[in-house]
Amino acid sequence: MDTTGPVERVLRGIAISLVILFFMFPIFWILLMSFQTNETILRVPPSMVFEPTLQNYRALITGRLETQTSTLEIRFMSNLYNSFFLSATSVAVGLLLGVPAAYAFARLKFRGSEDIAFTLLSFRFAPPLLVLLPLTIYFQQLGLSNTYGGLIWVYQLIVLPLILWIVRGYFEDIPADVEYAYRIAGHDFWATFWKVSLPLAMPGIAAAGLLAFIFAWNNFIFALVLASADKQPVTVGALAFVTASGIQYGQIAAGIVLSITPTFLLAILAQRYLVEGLSLGAVKG
Amino acid sequence: MTVQLSLQGLNKYYGPVLRGVHAVKDLDMEIRQGDIVALLGSSGCGKTSTLRMVAGFEEVSQGKIILAGREIQALPPVRRNVAMAFEGYSLYPTVTVRENIAFALKAQRESDADVRAKVQDVAEMLEIAGILDRYPSSISGGQQQRASLARALVRKADLYLLDEPMGQLEPQLRTLLRGRIKFYIKERGLTAILVTHDQAEANAMADQIAVMEAGVLQQFASPEQIKTAPANLFTGTFVGEPPMNTFAAKAVTEGDALVLRLEDNVVLRYPATDFAPEVRAAILSRGDVMLGLRPYSVRMSRTGGSPAQVLANQWLGDQTHIAASFAGGTLVLVEHDRADVQVGQSIGIALPADALHIFDPETGRAISHGTEMA
Ligand SMILES: Nc1ncnc2c1ncn2[C@@H]1O[C@H](COP(=O)(O)OP(=O)(O)OP(=O)(O)O)[C@@H](O)[C@H]1O
Ligand SMILES: [Mg+2]
Repeated sequence: MDTTGPVERVLRGIAISLVILFFMFPIFWILLMSFQTNETILRVPPSMVFEPTLQNYRALITGRLETQTSTLEIRFMSNLYNSFFLSATSVAVGLLLGVPAAYAFARLKFRGSEDIAFTLLSFRFAPPLLVLLPLTIYFQQLGLSNTYGGLIWVYQLIVLPLILWIVRGYFEDIPADVEYAYRIAGHDFWATFWKVSLPLAMPGIAAAGLLAFIFAWNNFIFALVLASADKQPVTVGALAFVTASGIQYGQIAAGIVLSITPTFLLAILAQRYLVEGLSLGAVKG
Repeated sequence: MTVQLSLQGLNKYYGPVLRGVHAVKDLDMEIRQGDIVALLGSSGCGKTSTLRMVAGFEEVSQGKIILAGREIQALPPVRRNVAMAFEGYSLYPTVTVRENIAFALKAQRESDADVRAKVQDVAEMLEIAGILDRYPSSISGGQQQRASLARALVRKADLYLLDEPMGQLEPQLRTLLRGRIKFYIKERGLTAILVTHDQAEANAMADQIAVMEAGVLQQFASPEQIKTAPANLFTGTFVGEPPMNTFAAKAVTEGDALVLRLEDNVVLRYPATDFAPEVRAAILSRGDVMLGLRPYSVRMSRTGGSPAQVLANQWLGDQTHIAASFAGGTLVLVEHDRADVQVGQSIGIALPADALHIFDPETGRAISHGTEMA
């Protein structure tokens, strides 16, 4: 690493900056848009010079969208709350079901265990649209459509396989003798799971939980089809900005900024966990 | 003495019974209270599987385990009252070595002062007192092994299972520690099973040695008996360094003498008086036999004996190992002094009757040891 000369280092810095600029530009542009009115956004040619305004954010937070012709009610804040509630609850349920299951798959090799684990993973491969039509019908008949419970259930399709496979790899990495040593020292199976296995797998569980949260948060299609406005998350709620009197680019931008902030912060906070969790767990498992 | 551990018809299958790997086969064994038993055998012969069944980490496929009068094969590990030192990595990574060792003591609700003193004691014995406050990830493999051993020895239990507890230590430290560990166990009257690959360790520490091969217990006897009266060809060739020499032979009579014909026209002749009549009868009734010769009991003779040719002559500092081609095979013998024989030189081999171990070549079972019946 230290053998690179100064010229090389400068060139490498420039290259990395270019790559970052390329990938971050849309987000940066959206950030700029969120502080502009529709008029300045739609100006030709576009310009980076404008007078910043907070009206987009104000509209989102107060829930009143003023257009030239009318005033519209928007539910952005309740959508944001839905996103939080749905993602957090789904991940909590996913962890509750997935962590013990992951332990079972890692430690108890029973007949067909590999097949079951793989089937669960294969839910990730199925295109959601394929599942949605039958699911809609079932949900209507079961009275689950447009309920939080139903959505959380469907979200398990997203979070459960992820949690299961990452955490399983982690449990497999704990030497079985560590658990045996604890058990033989006078503790039962459950105490051992609770006091030894679970704490040792914590980084993996945290990584899986965070990743599952982000995946759940970003989901669009399930909630679009299975829930109506009052239960929908921000990903779907943003559609409300496409109004009869035009597309509200400013508010959409502000909505995007507000909705990616939580996952963005989570990802940054948990960067270490994520990298370790993914490389140690999923790769080895 | 009372029996502390009794294994009765113990079987272990990995995978489906009767179709999976049959790791332990019909194991019967009785271990006396206060004995150290060494479990000796080649890699994969089922030593760890046996210990794990006793500890309760592996299900017993068939059979019974009776420890201190209690039938334990169906109990969970926590209720068996067994301590175990592990072969590999087994320390809790989140606490220090000291806390690792103290864990079971705390579970047994001993006072803090007692725990401290006992941990210090066992750590000093195993030369790990200096690393008690380090974390497992920052100590060496050998130190981890000793910490695991300390954790097992420090607590009270009906039985101590030690799975290669010194596998990663250098010979000097092993020699030192095996004496101390034996003293520690004997002083407290504990019962222990020690798995080891080191025969010197088994001989030095054990009251009884159990030799296993391919899941089957080959012999269970004192170190002395194992050496002088191996029950079968496997035990004979497995235990002992350098290993026992084996040669196929045909037993016949010539007049009164018992004659063993080996390959390459080597003929060994023993007068009628050398063997007791029943030994002689047993050997003759078998006809084809396998001859086992301990390197220490074969003598070089300058005046006569059977012809052999020196292949190698190694002085090891305290003894000489001589390899010679003999009867279509290679014979290794040990002399206590330097031997002035050159490679290629012809020598004579003296094989007195009491140096012969005779085995049945088909079953491998011993027929006679020296001039005695097996
Ligand atoms: N979990 C398992 N599943 C399937 N087979 C196993 C399992 N554990 C052990 N075996 C097999 O059982 C046999 C006995 O293994 P065991 O670990 O008891 O040997 P060992 O005598 O302790 O060997 P070593 O000296 O190498 O430690 C081996 O053939 C091994 O491959
Ligand atoms: Mg083993």
